[in-house]
Amino acid sequence: MNATHPGTGNGQFVANLVHFGRILRSSGLPVGTGRILDAVRAVRFVGVSNRQDFYWALHAVFVNHPRQRHIFDQAFHVFWKNPRVFERSISALLPEVKVSQSEKSSQELARRLTESLYPEAVSADLVPENEDDVELRASLTFSDREKLQDTDFESMSRSEMEEAKKAIAKMRMAFDRIPTRRYFVDMTGKKLDMRRTLKRSMRGAADTISLVKSKRKLRQIPVVLLCDISGSMSEYSRMILHFGHVLTLSRKEVACFVFGTRLTNITRQLRIRDVDCAMDEISDSVVDWYGGTKIGECLKDFNRNWIRRLPLHTAVVLLVTDGLDRSEADDLESQIGLLHRSCKQLIWLNPLLRYDQFQPKVSGIRKMLPHVDAFLPVHSLASLSDLAEVLGPGSSQFQTERNRAYWRKQMVEQD
Amino acid sequence: MSFPHDIDNTVDLLSDGDYIADRSLATAVCLSLNLRRPLLLEGEAGVGKTEVAKVLSDVLRRPFIRLQCYEGLDVSSAVYEWDYSRQMIEIRLAEAQGIQDREAIARDIFSEKFLIARPLLRALNSDDGAAPVLLIDEIDRADEPFEAYLLELLSEFQVTIPEIGTVRAEHPPVVLITSNRTREIHDALKRRCFYHWVDYPDSERELAILAAKAPQAGSELANQIVGFVQKLRDEDLYKVPGVAETIDWAHALVQIDVIDLKPSVIDDTLGVLLKYQEDVEKIRGHQAMRILETVHSAAGV
Repeated sequence: MNATHPGTGNGQFVANLVHFGRILRSSGLPVGTGRILDAVRAVRFVGVSNRQDFYWALHAVFVNHPRQRHIFDQAFHVFWKNPRVFERSISALLPEVKVSQSEKSSQELARRLTESLYPEAVSADLVPENEDDVELRASLTFSDREKLQDTDFESMSRSEMEEAKKAIAKMRMAFDRIPTRRYFVDMTGKKLDMRRTLKRSMRGAADTISLVKSKRKLRQIPVVLLCDISGSMSEYSRMILHFGHVLTLSRKEVACFVFGTRLTNITRQLRIRDVDCAMDEISDSVVDWYGGTKIGECLKDFNRNWIRRLPLHTAVVLLVTDGLDRSEADDLESQIGLLHRSCKQLIWLNPLLRYDQFQPKVSGIRKMLPHVDAFLPVHSLASLSDLAEVLGPGSSQFQTERNRAYWRKQMVEQD
Repeated sequence: MSFPHDIDNTVDLLSDGDYIADRSLATAVCLSLNLRRPLLLEGEAGVGKTEVAKVLSDVLRRPFIRLQCYEGLDVSSAVYEWDYSRQMIEIRLAEAQGIQDREAIARDIFSEKFLIARPLLRALNSDDGAAPVLLIDEIDRADEPFEAYLLELLSEFQVTIPEIGTVRAEHPPVVLITSNRTREIHDALKRRCFYHWVDYPDSERELAILAAKAPQAGSELANQIVGFVQKLRDEDLYKVPGVAETIDWAHALVQIDVIDLKPSVIDDTLGVLLKYQEDVEKIRGHQAMRILETVHSAAGV
């Protein structure tokens, strides 16, 4: 190698490298001490005579996600020109960030404080909370809660709304489970666990070998929630987001998206444990609240960017929308068709189904209906808990078949 | 063969195996070889991630061991399994011979004699000092428990078999891991690897790749193919063609004796490049003609 080596004696260089690592860390890259040691070794190896090699060596060590490439690139070019520049620009940003954070937390505190000082404003704490309920209905033993069951979200008062949110927070969705390729020891199983059988036979009596059986492990079906947040859906989408929050916290594989005129992934925000914080984060990151809907375009966006990144082939997709598409996109039908072919089950939840006389007349709805496995209402707590039954273990196939047949007939009658 | 000692050397070595790497990839490969770290390659399908490992084993003259990941991949198919039927026979024989010492039988049947080594365990055993190249392909398809299992293997290059003890690699294998990013790989695993995102090549490098991989296509045709594919990658498609598709297409065109790209030929062979019916429908005909025109005019200038 003919490269100039920053040897052990060159303390300044190592210090700079450490500094660079710390800057990347403060920009959100997962850079630990181990990484920095790696970087020192890597740079010792490639040398610093060639800037490009130096760049890619650090890149191989520090970057481990495509998203980080851009940050790394910027940090590298700024830092290795003059480390001071970066420091100054960072320190210029810092006070501002600090102020806004403390302001935010004080606001937060104020709101919390109000709630605890004036409990009647929140109105819900009178009801004793029953924590260990498994079924949804178990938590709704009080008569006012019973009434709440069938109340349309849109016609709820503010306090009823709060009640409903609490009820949703207690929902437990028993989705169907699917077998994995892993096994666990279970004497009622069918597969022989040879390894354990042999080991056990080494211990036991001489003449008999007791067989150890195993069973397939099951896992929860992944769920993808796509929720329309346009103007016509406003009250419902708020409830659905609470529902999405419960779903995200209680299950392993969930992805949640909202769409109006554009698609936003809100899975990360919904992972925040506190439901109010989660909703705040969502309202900050979503820009198209209560506007129009471009279902076709948003589905296209989803199909393009997410179909191959999510475990869709085993997933249930819950599409929550009223199907009133303002843009009359031509390829709505092909987009929903593609989505339907890519997932295990596509379930359309439509608040318009609260009307008994609902007929699939609008062109958007007529385009989408043939491509969904089930078409269900989603306007009240009761309809949300019915959803649990449709998706629950065992019943799903039959239920959705019947649902499909019904809507197929409705479509034909319309014609 | 020993490892390349610098980056230029790595570029040359890879090109000896007909792999035209850009300098960033060569840097990552060179570092991972010399600092004995696994290399995690991510990128879209068909950009040549798997090929890196194959070429490395070829040019370094080391055995190639491939572990294709899938959901539920477990120890018995990835690392080792006991040869149960032989163990059973051994027990029967011992009994027939009237051997009473059960401890001795147990020691005997759980020895290396009855162990079937699967890819990961084989990768730890190197014959005559040349550690193999281990490719862990499409790790995103395996589930998280398997990923966790890999941690010990990738940081210590050792595997623990309860009945025998710890098997440690005398010479650590060259490990390459690929992922298509259908899910994120856990940070703990990423931390143990060097990382490189394999991008689509620019037209210059793609031409070089075609010259190496499909030399039957003349330079004129190769130019048109690369021009067309590069333009196609700017289009609004579900799955843009990778390098693998470009090479396939070149082979296909040579096979049907095409010397010059024409709209009708493109329409007939579009299925080689695009794998979604929606994409094919979109490009076929008018769009293909438009792209071809820009390619021709660019070549004319």
